[in-house]
Amino acid sequence: MVLTQRNIVTRTWGSSVGKKSVMAVTGVIFLLFVITHMIGNLKIFFGQETFDAYSEHLRTLGAEIFGYGGVLWIIRVVLIASVLLHMAAAFSLWYRAKRARPVGYQHRSPQGSYAARTMRWGGVIILLFVIWHILDLTTGTVNPDPAGGAYEKLVASFDRPVVAIFYIVAMVALSFHISHGLWSAVQTLGGNSAVRQHSLKAFSVTVGVVIAVGFAIIPLSVMFGLVR
Amino acid sequence: MKLTLRVWRQKNADTKGKMVKYHLDDVDEDMSFLEMLDVLNEKLTLDDEDPVSFDHDCREGICGSCAMVINGVPHGPQKNTTTCQLHMRHFSDGDTIDVEPWRARAFPVIKDLVTDRSAFDQIIQSGGYVSVNTGSAPDAHATPVDKVSADDAFDAATCIGCGACVAACPNGSSMLFTAAKVTHLGLLPQGQPERATRAINMLAKQDELDFGGCTNVGACAEVCPKGIPLASISRLNHDVLGATLSGARAD
Repeated sequence: MVLTQRNIVTRTWGSSVGKKSVMAVTGVIFLLFVITHMIGNLKIFFGQETFDAYSEHLRTLGAEIFGYGGVLWIIRVVLIASVLLHMAAAFSLWYRAKRARPVGYQHRSPQGSYAARTMRWGGVIILLFVIWHILDLTTGTVNPDPAGGAYEKLVASFDRPVVAIFYIVAMVALSFHISHGLWSAVQTLGGNSAVRQHSLKAFSVTVGVVIAVGFAIIPLSVMFGLVR
Repeated sequence: MKLTLRVWRQKNADTKGKMVKYHLDDVDEDMSFLEMLDVLNEKLTLDDEDPVSFDHDCREGICGSCAMVINGVPHGPQKNTTTCQLHMRHFSDGDTIDVEPWRARAFPVIKDLVTDRSAFDQIIQSGGYVSVNTGSAPDAHATPVDKVSADDAFDAATCIGCGACVAACPNGSSMLFTAAKVTHLGLLPQGQPERATRAINMLAKQDELDFGGCTNVGACAEVCPKGIPLASISRLNHDVLGATLSGARAD
């Protein structure tokens, strides 16, 4: 029984709510990262020089203490650890859900929001996108201009309409994921109440939409020639 | 009105079931859903067929027995209504209605629409109570309870333990049921001493019984005949995480 386990890690990981709380906390870490990332990206509209300077600044940030790119690597390690924990908890709960209903319904009439019901596959789509995204714009492996700077790589990538559209689709998936994930995280961490429910959901949808628009505006701008 | 029913027929727990089609020609719109099934069963009995087994008791919406999924929705299309209080006027002449049992590993089918829901009793046994010393009854107002807490606790106490939340949940989770009990007892002063261990024990029992984990989809609250709010799950989470962090233990 849970009560006899004194170790806080096994106590947390050992219950379904504990696993959900891990997903909630790691989800909040992603959300903070995504918002920062979006604000950084929007510097593209201030021109190549500003954008490349920002990219360089990310690497020199705190370099006196952590070395060149040190802070970036710390962020990356935290994010990778968060992804692994988030996925481990998600797959564990996914398996538990499959196990909980061995025989399904003949007549299916799904309840609950679309965003909530597509969290799992939506998460898989986002993961696949992130892998592509890193190969494309961080390492440049699948970028047409791998030797270019941050600005050149971005423009070269979005000059391929298929890639730009895939990016936008992924942002729609991200938007759904956040619009359920944010309020769900608050609920999981015990911060929801019947009075707060509606405003909390509305806030989460707003955050999801703002983030999707903030990211998708860049490939759209490249496609329509606003950013060259 | 004329109806076509497709009902889940299953001889016992060990056999495979299937949907079987029945036609009813003379259904009164003022019948309840269960009375409509009674009519079907009378017809089946006269035809020397095995009548459809289903659970029912009070037929006034407070016992939580009449568990069935109607057209994919536990307790059918009417909000805040149990199957026994659902009337045939909410269907139209010529409709085909699918009737299935609750589907969850923790609620195995015994026969036709009857499921074994004793898993809920086990969750209650693991913490859904308040320990009190026996003796003379205390003065009614010896322990003050503020109005909001009393109201919210009472709202949660209206849970009839029917299991519709589990049946509707895409994860097969019983979180809304457990949350209703934890809210009901945890909001009242009498429930405070056991609040931390109650939440953690009831959740552990629910996990152990192979109910799924909650992903806050909200299907449970949509079908709940008593309107238990989805946010009550947040209170359960709050108590569970608080107990986990503070290291609550029974010994």
